Amino acid sequence: MPEVWVYAEVTHAGVVDTTALELLTRARSLGADVAAVVLGPGASRAAGTLGDYGASRVYLSDDDVFGDFVAQPATKALDQLVTEHSPEMLMFATNYDSRDIAGRLSAKTGATLMSNATGVSGLDRAQTAISGGSLMVDVVLRGSPKIVLVRPKSFAAEAMGGVAEVINVEARIPDELRQARRRERQEQDAAGPNLEDAGIVIAGGRGLQAPDNFKLLDRLAGLLDDCAVGATRAVVDAGWVPYAYQIGQTGKTVKPGVYIAAGISGATQHLVGMKGAKRIVAINKDGDAPIFEVADLGVVGDAVKVLEQLIEEVKRRKGQT
Amino acid sequence: MNVVVCVKHVPDPNAPVEIQDNRIKRTGVQNVLDPGDMYGIEAGLLLREALGGEVTVISMGPVQAVEAIKRALSMGADRGVMISDDALTGADSLVTARVLAAAIRRAGFDLVIAGVESTDGYTGTMPSSLAEFLGLPQVTFAKRLSASASSVTVDRQTASGYHVVECSLPALVTVTAGVNEPRYPSFKGIMAAKKKPLEHLTLDHLGMSAADAEVEQEIVQISAVDERKSGTRVANDEAAARIADLLAEAKAI
Ligand SMILES: Cc1cc2nc3c(=O)[nH]c(=O)nc-3n(C[C@H](O)[C@H](O)[C@H](O)COP(=O)(O)OP(=O)(O)OC[C@H]3O[C@@H](n4cnc5c(N)ncnc54)[C@H](O)[C@@H]3O)c2cc1C
Ligand SMILES: Nc1ncnc2c1ncn2[C@@H]1O[C@H](COP(=O)(O)O)[C@@H](O)[C@H]1O
Repeated sequence: MPEVWVYAEVTHAGVVDTTALELLTRARSLGADVAAVVLGPGASRAAGTLGDYGASRVYLSDDDVFGDFVAQPATKALDQLVTEHSPEMLMFATNYDSRDIAGRLSAKTGATLMSNATGVSGLDRAQTAISGGSLMVDVVLRGSPKIVLVRPKSFAAEAMGGVAEVINVEARIPDELRQARRRERQEQDAAGPNLEDAGIVIAGGRGLQAPDNFKLLDRLAGLLDDCAVGATRAVVDAGWVPYAYQIGQTGKTVKPGVYIAAGISGATQHLVGMKGAKRIVAINKDGDAPIFEVADLGVVGDAVKVLEQLIEEVKRRKGQT
Repeated sequence: MNVVVCVKHVPDPNAPVEIQDNRIKRTGVQNVLDPGDMYGIEAGLLLREALGGEVTVISMGPVQAVEAIKRALSMGADRGVMISDDALTGADSLVTARVLAAAIRRAGFDLVIAGVESTDGYTGTMPSSLAEFLGLPQVTFAKRLSASASSVTVDRQTASGYHVVECSLPALVTVTAGVNEPRYPSFKGIMAAKKKPLEHLTLDHLGMSAADAEVEQEIVQISAVDERKSGTRVANDEAAARIADLLAEAKAI
């Protein structure tokens, strides 16, 4: 039986990246045996979850080397496993570390690689959305293995209640692959719900005109349940908010119940990150802005004024005024 | 410090994408130096100014892509290497990495710099594949970069912050927008660029053949997706109430 492998990123606490669970769920439907590979501190603790989502085997190592050094040790370990077991397809999430490892593994093994996939329809076939999701590109992959990098939220994650066999990976990583060392980790703790999981996302763009106006989004979010704040790359690059807020091609993918775009033009690179929202509200003073083409509810007007009115309206409904 | 910077010539990102024969149309459209690669060029120039050495700019693509190199030379890079070959039409990121690696190997270097992702293809994996072919460690997503003669230190962006990564040289680094403020070419720079060494290579020069350029994936179809329909427009005086209705429906109020 052909094998499909999912590479899973894991935190030190053993929490598996959600996208890996989405990929496992998808892999189950491809008529192949499904396995997962998880490397670095936390890996053993992830095995249960990976089995629950469909991995029949989990190749793992808790070795610090995979966390301490960028990309090279994981590529080496994966290359050994691939040589030994010849999986047909390897699926990665388009996350930072995964993308690096997949690129290296492609060169190391000669495996063809498809990036930014939004669909996987067979062991040799995947799809990707371009032009802000308005065009779907269908790609046939040849050779073995094939590497597919899949965008987060392309599939729903569903547990199936399985238990995985655990196979420990011997990590013999030579010194020449221990060059790019992580010296320090700076993580910003975002307040409120995680942007990727929030039921409501309010995002701001350059049309908010000043970093101070961006605070209106925080005020509104504070009044709503399960709401997080996001941003376009334009305002992230301008330094208004940290990169962790960025939604789009090079940022996060969100799929909330309601997405409010305030002062956002709707560039294709932004749209790919939020087009999956159930309802989209756009506030933009330019009636021809592309964001209106995907909006369920469009307001042509000044974003700051509309946000201020909305804050008052929400307060009123909550009986706060 | 000798730096090699990878640059790509891409269709003007401000123009709509045109598709021809299941591929992004690259000829007969306005092409520019990938805006994302200007940061890589600037990073190379800053390192040369601090540590000495030379900046070589390299690109693979159709002949006219040499314009991207010329732009980099006018910003101040020292020399250019352009690789063009009919066999490379339709090359994917793996083939691109294999070819660039062969060309970069011929030049002595301490550091290779590329963009995090290209504006047209945005696979974002070419640099990692290139690093593997060259046997180099890599630090991607640099939002801050400093170097000594023997190592680089990078603030590497993560989903929720950044990691400080230190890496011995030689190495490959990819830079994000925001790592620096790219300079504009000066008139003097544009004039000087005309006299700078510019090498044109084919697969032959690199000891490679069409077999090395074979792509193991194929686009079989490009189709329009059922577009989201744009919904209703509401007047400003109703806006707050209508948005609040939606939020209430979603149980956020
Ligand atoms: C390789 C690559 C990757 C990228 N990745 C991303 C990504 O991940 N995420 C992302 O967001 N972008 C990304 N971009 C950038 C993207 O192309 C756009 O430049 C960006 O999304 C624009 O942000 P914006 O809408 O805030 O700004 P603008 O495009 O400048 O739009 C501002 C909007 O505000 C409106 N406006 C002005 N004043 C007001 C007012 N008073 N009230 C209401 N509206 C007003 C204007 O009409 C305009 O439509 C990427 C680009 C490239 C090349
Ligand atoms: N054909 C090419 N020639 C030179 N550099 C390239 C080429 N393709 C990609 N690159 C470099 O690799 C980076 C990432 O590209 P990509 O992996 O295609 O998204 C770009 O920003 C460039 O610096």
